Amino acid sequence: MLYPELHDKPVVTIMGACAQELYDLGHRDNFFYLQHAMGLASSIGLGLATHLPDERVVVLDGDGSVLMNLGTFATLARYRPRNLVHVVFDNGSLLSTGGFDSHTTSGLTDLAGIARAAGIEHVAAVDSVVEFGEAAVEAFARNDLGVVVAKVAAVGPSHYGMDLHLPENAFRFKRWIASRKAAEAR
Amino acid sequence: MSVSYENSKIVFQGIKDAGVSSLSALPETWLGLLLQQAQRDSDVTLIQVAKEEEAIGIAAGAYFAGERHILLMQNHGFLAAINGVVSLALLYGIPLCMLIALRGHWGEPYPWHTRGGIVTEGVLRALNVPFEYARDPKHVGRQIREACTFAHSSLSPVALLLTRDLMEEAL
Repeated sequence: MLYPELHDKPVVTIMGACAQELYDLGHRDNFFYLQHAMGLASSIGLGLATHLPDERVVVLDGDGSVLMNLGTFATLARYRPRNLVHVVFDNGSLLSTGGFDSHTTSGLTDLAGIARAAGIEHVAAVDSVVEFGEAAVEAFARNDLGVVVAKVAAVGPSHYGMDLHLPENAFRFKRWIASRKAAEAR
Repeated sequence: MSVSYENSKIVFQGIKDAGVSSLSALPETWLGLLLQQAQRDSDVTLIQVAKEEEAIGIAAGAYFAGERHILLMQNHGFLAAINGVVSLALLYGIPLCMLIALRGHWGEPYPWHTRGGIVTEGVLRALNVPFEYARDPKHVGRQIREACTFAHSSLSPVALLLTRDLMEEAL
């Protein structure tokens, strides 16, 4: 559903199912998979969005990762990059490491509520495919920082692995951005 | 002891001369006067983080965008950012130009800084992060430029340790 929207945007994903599923849909050079350093995908997004005002930056995050860097919501709220869409897939599970419940499983911890309380104005909490599509379309169309927290089932791909070395991913991602900047400058 | 206004100015000029377009920082005493100058300067974008590890991600984003970025933090903040240094910067070959206030070292009166100060150099060595000490205002500008140059040529984190000699007023 989201994939066709991503062909012309810098995209940063977290590790695990999120990265693998995007890769399996068809890797593109504008996708950067943060295969470790949990929590920092949205910080990379902030660095990108700050320096690429003409691009719409997309971060595909997860509950386990965001819980490791809750301060990111406050930093994003403070600097409010107008060209950043932060999607958090909340499966309530540390799926990649054996499916242990995350803090959001019980329903007590509300990531959308945390984002709002951090000061982010446009936060959507969705739990169906249709609602997610609507929230994503709105977030992409809006010229402002948007967070979409999507409750999803804790299921992942049946296999893990990419024909892509980590530094290769970084180099190609950087070159894709450089070529876009060069094309804009012409 | 008070922070040296003159030397803070020199360090900030060194940061500007290194050609950076953005800075990330978590405020701390020795960096305070520097950050005040950064706030007033429209040529550099200052992003203040809630925790230093965020700055590793922001620096990676700036690098991907083709911009030069400097990270300002206290050594205890560096210790709090290590997983980002290891599992983003070292893993993917992302340059980081870190200016780290070396608290808890020679002359440190505050007990709470001492453990972090004592382990900082050993941690940098264990991570294979190249580092230099900045002690002399005459050299610090060149050291900052060279740190950025080396970070980008080696695609590695590098650290310039801002010492008491540099950051505090001489008696």
